Amino acid sequence: MTKGMLRKMRPTFIYALLGIIFMLAAPSVLQLFTIINLTTAIALSVLALSLALIWGYGGILCFGQVAFFGLGAYVYTISAINFGGSTWAILVAIIVTSAFASALGYFIFYGRVSDVYLGVITLTVTLIFFSLIRRTSGPEYKIGNALLGGFNGVSSPPINLPWNSASFLFPEQVFYVAMAALIICYVFVGWLVNTKFGRVCVAIRENELRAELLGYDIRAYKLGIFTIGAGIAAVGGVLFCNGVGRITPDIFNLYNAALTIIWVIVGGRGTLIGPIGATFALFYVTSALGGQSVFNNNLVLGIILIIFVLLVPKGVAPTIIGWASARRKKSQRRVRRRRRAEGTR
Amino acid sequence: MDLIVAVLFQLIYVISNLALISLGLAIIFGMMRVINLAHGEFLMLGGYTVVVATNAGINIWISMLILAPLIVGVIGVVVERLLIRWLYGRMVDTLLATWGLSLLLVGIVTSLFGASTGTTVSPPLGVLRIGEYSASGYEFFLIIVTILLLFGVWLTLRFTKLGLLARGTMQNAEMASALGVSTSNIYMITFGLGAAVSGLAGGLLAPITGVLPTIGATYIAKAFITVISGGAAILAGTTAGSILLGGINGIFSFIAGSTFGEIALLLAAIILLRLMPRGITGRFFRKSL
Repeated sequence: MTKGMLRKMRPTFIYALLGIIFMLAAPSVLQLFTIINLTTAIALSVLALSLALIWGYGGILCFGQVAFFGLGAYVYTISAINFGGSTWAILVAIIVTSAFASALGYFIFYGRVSDVYLGVITLTVTLIFFSLIRRTSGPEYKIGNALLGGFNGVSSPPINLPWNSASFLFPEQVFYVAMAALIICYVFVGWLVNTKFGRVCVAIRENELRAELLGYDIRAYKLGIFTIGAGIAAVGGVLFCNGVGRITPDIFNLYNAALTIIWVIVGGRGTLIGPIGATFALFYVTSALGGQSVFNNNLVLGIILIIFVLLVPKGVAPTIIGWASARRKKSQRRVRRRRRAEGTR
Repeated sequence: MDLIVAVLFQLIYVISNLALISLGLAIIFGMMRVINLAHGEFLMLGGYTVVVATNAGINIWISMLILAPLIVGVIGVVVERLLIRWLYGRMVDTLLATWGLSLLLVGIVTSLFGASTGTTVSPPLGVLRIGEYSASGYEFFLIIVTILLLFGVWLTLRFTKLGLLARGTMQNAEMASALGVSTSNIYMITFGLGAAVSGLAGGLLAPITGVLPTIGATYIAKAFITVISGGAAILAGTTAGSILLGGINGIFSFIAGSTFGEIALLLAAIILLRLMPRGITGRFFRKSL
């Protein structure tokens, strides 16, 4: 890593450090119930991180990011049941999901399908999964030893220590794993967007034609970032089915697809910490709303989305950063002016 | 022979059903380049209008054919003025804002009427006999209405002043406004008309499907895909898209059951968009309406 890159990644490291502190402190401060809930929120924020990468940096508006999330969860569950342990299952989940995404992405990017049409195709894929898996309720639908279970879904075996399938992790330990996975993914993505690859992706987001005229094969770059994003979403999926304990086809529904988009737009495109923070915030908003019946969940989410699109289109994190840097510039200007005034005196 | 007629009837019904649920979306997309993700909720509102009006004692035909399009059309105009008009030219943002609107409408209707409705309306008109098979007379009625609706939209676009202005605005909004057309008004009217057509479709389908706050989700994906596959031309696109996708859906449903029919429809749309990224009318019938 060069020095310049280290300097650029300084905020990433700071947030990662805060994350580590949180990870170590949380179990001794919070109740077990909150910790288990947090694991789910962490899994969802990995999903948000993956969309933040491919939409915020790659400019690929994927409506079906949740398809990779759900696919990862299903592949993990099925292979963990069949292998009798989670070590290989996690790897298989990530590899299968990435392979699926690269096949789909090849179709999309080499066909030069763009913006809205891309959204439609990815959403369609999500809905295909939804209706396919919903149908698999009979005993004849099984992969190896794993019954797919249709609407009821499959219960997921918990993560165990590597190569030791007898030692299941307890919810508290799963929390450590999830938090560590989130931090690793976050630092990885933070590093990726500062590499040459990541910067070319940003260039493509800004102006596809210009990037192509400069000699970059935009199809390959888009396919690359799309596949990586899907792999990260699969990590989220693995964590999710561990946090919840089962996986159902409902993960593929329109509401969840919308929710993913909302996290990223509320948190802010072009940042990584924004969508993660937004996921945690909205997760707690929706679970608080679940406890009361005056306001419908959909109603509140709809209002949040509309308000953000109309009034804060950049999202929370970029807006705050914009304010902060504007204030800093202002105070710098004031200092400079004062110095100049003192100089002339 | 009777079997062929019955199957053919069912196929035509599937196609016209797809055209009916897509037309409102196609009008708004074709004219304004706005993808309205709240389209399914407009259909849902049309359905609720019919159920509420019928339960209040209003004649079912009046509530389906007049009240549903009227009320949803007014809602469409309000939505355009409050929300959509700030977002013209920002395709992705309109997509997101209308998604928010769709969640909002689902939320409002759920709060007002509850998550499920006990009261439904039964389809009027009896059974139609085709030899030894029988078909629903109401389905036949829906096919006729769809054809009339497509014809009506064609007449409006082709022969009225409003249609001329709308087509002009669609081709070149700046030029149209330089010639003294209030493009803002045209957009408002177009959005209202698109919403009204959606409301009519939702109202007509309410007796068959029943109404639920979340029923829009079952329409939106299909309508969205039909319109995008059809391409930018409103009528030719919708018709071509529904014939192709509806045909595939109908045939596969007949062979392997309705779920596989839907999956075949979605897969066909993906392959179609890979081959023709701008939809059917992006390649064929380019000059059509």
